Amino acid sequence: MSSSNDELERSGRQLEARIKKAFGRSLAIREVDSGSCNACEVEVNALTNPIFDIERFGLHIVASPRHADALLVTGPVARNMEHALMQTYLATPDHKIVIATGACACSGGIFKDCYATTNGLDKLLPVDVYIPGCPPRPQAIIQGLMVALDKMKEKAGHSTTSSKRLLDNDNGASGVAHDVF
Amino acid sequence: MNERLMGEIIASMEEELANGIKKTGIKGNHVWMTVEQSVFPKIAGHIHNSWGATLVSMHAVDNRFISSDYKLCIILALKGEDDFVTLVTSVDSKDTVFPSVTPEIFSADWYEREINDMFGLQAKGHPDLKPLVLYDDWPEGTYPLRKDFAADSRVLRIPRPYNYRNVEGEGVFVIPVGPVHAGVIEPGHFRFSVAGEPIIDLELRLGYVHKGIEKISERMPYSKGVLLAERISGDNSFAHSLAYCQAVEALCNAKVPERSRFVRCIFSELERIYNHLGDVGGIALDTAFSIGAQHAYILRERVMDINDLLTGSRFLRGVNCLGGVWKGIDERGRSKLIERLVMVKLDFQEFYDEVIGTPSVMDRLETTGVLSYEAAKDLNIVGPGARASGIDRDVRRDHPYAAYRDLSFKVPILTQGDVNARFQVKSEEIFESISIIEQALSNMPEGEPRIDIPTPEPGRTAMSLVESPRGELLHWIVSGEGKPFRHKIRDASFHNWRAMEVAVLGNIVPDFPLVNKSFSLSYSGNDL
Ligand code: SF4
Repeated sequence: MSSSNDELERSGRQLEARIKKAFGRSLAIREVDSGSCNACEVEVNALTNPIFDIERFGLHIVASPRHADALLVTGPVARNMEHALMQTYLATPDHKIVIATGACACSGGIFKDCYATTNGLDKLLPVDVYIPGCPPRPQAIIQGLMVALDKMKEKAGHSTTSSKRLLDNDNGASGVAHDVF
Repeated sequence: MNERLMGEIIASMEEELANGIKKTGIKGNHVWMTVEQSVFPKIAGHIHNSWGATLVSMHAVDNRFISSDYKLCIILALKGEDDFVTLVTSVDSKDTVFPSVTPEIFSADWYEREINDMFGLQAKGHPDLKPLVLYDDWPEGTYPLRKDFAADSRVLRIPRPYNYRNVEGEGVFVIPVGPVHAGVIEPGHFRFSVAGEPIIDLELRLGYVHKGIEKISERMPYSKGVLLAERISGDNSFAHSLAYCQAVEALCNAKVPERSRFVRCIFSELERIYNHLGDVGGIALDTAFSIGAQHAYILRERVMDINDLLTGSRFLRGVNCLGGVWKGIDERGRSKLIERLVMVKLDFQEFYDEVIGTPSVMDRLETTGVLSYEAAKDLNIVGPGARASGIDRDVRRDHPYAAYRDLSFKVPILTQGDVNARFQVKSEEIFESISIIEQALSNMPEGEPRIDIPTPEPGRTAMSLVESPRGELLHWIVSGEGKPFRHKIRDASFHNWRAMEVAVLGNIVPDFPLVNKSFSLSYSGNDL
């Protein structure tokens, strides 16, 4: 435990420094389960337990997408969740970071190539960071968030995909024209 | 199941029903009856109601390319015996209507909606046959579990209406919640109809995380199916993979090594402990008793950590395999585990006393979210939720698997049916689980943890029931060529979600999360 605790402390502090630099305040994350098996949720929840306690590093999981800087999405995007996910994405202010969390969100995982799922979040939304793992350990999620913050800096220089542009796009994940947007 | 018992069951039926039985057979503790479609509901109802049986599952099989029809099965578990009755009837491939079982067995309701969604077989006489998992914009006439539907099809979105229950009256208003919730939990949609403070109706709409797992399983070789089973409901990974492995092992009559049976019990109980710890912690949190909640979450983390240490997975994934377990528990793991359990036991006792000794918490738990014995029975509620409402049923004791026959444990039963009763049952079960692990560790024989098993021959049927932390779950498999021909999965939540609709009535909306946590329901396991 203790060596992994040190490790956690170290990466947590690095993350904290990056967040401070980028935002001057906490990073607000909204989590969306797009059809996960719930193990990814368990790990995201573990981030806030007293052992990992990410709030001390300036990470805050918020209840509404309207308060979020980043969307942390788990699951292979179930067909039945596409609409709700899209609405959550649109409700998140620009410029947002989108983080595909877990094998499912990265590629569809074990549920890919199925009538009820999408082969990964990036078929639907512009993804900034992929966190592999099934599920990714809490430490891996922290690591992924660090990558996300670096990206954020890069992104600030370029024009990003905004919700507006996405709205004009009609290539839904199902590969057919549909009216979910 | 012996001939005599089967004879008694048939003798207890009215003549008309008994005449509708076309064929019977006995296999182990299972009796199979092939019956006429017209008497199918009545016979099921008779065994369920007069024999006090519980409904284990109801599902269909697309057998059109083998016997030119669909098969419909109902599995009932007889009361107090380790015996099952499976009723099978045939549904015509053109005339896809069959008489509904719901008027006889109320909890067949969701099963029939599911069968309608997935196979396009309509239960005639069902009170409200609206979609269960495929809706919104799923085109009519497309049924994913039919054999002529390709698993990777892309299906057009064609809107169709979804009829919510309409609750009307002066001052009644509706609070729609979800599918995306405020917390980090799975998605689902709830509609509360409220008159003043109390909830007068709750309608659940699930299916948002439907991933087509049963269909995917039909293309997965058995060895990979274990991985899929682990991902049906993440926090019940071990219970699901165990049920899958046991079903496949039963398909080829394989006997797994003694050692693996004990190891399976140990990990099953570890899974129960960390899940229950999360639930009781969640209950504390939802009464705003944060200190207590964090205490439980620390303990949960300690258990997940020992899972990790023993297996390399916090979720006990990659442990079960066909023919046993990949990894046993060595001396070092054993002593670490014992050490950790002693700590958890002491700390949990402290948490428990803390909660019980805090009147403001107890005030929220007592008399909240009551599920009566009758309702629990009618809805076929399973697991701790059922045991807190006086239903004396636990698969580990009633249909023992793995090494549970060789281990002694109490099954806590309470009758109040409120959040407190569920809290108490789960708390007691944590202590029982620790004792089970201690026994299993000291009785575990030496030997190999696994054997190679042959690939099951096609056309056989087997099932396995497992007491997951949430309650009884089922895997039922008809074997195909190297992979399942049909794989029915039924998570405990598929029965238990219904309890929510009843238990919240008369309660205030802020108590909903509390009631929800006390039942601890899986969306993914329900929606598949
Ligand atoms: S990545 Fe793994 S743990 Fe996460 S949702 Fe998918 S199957 Fe579950």
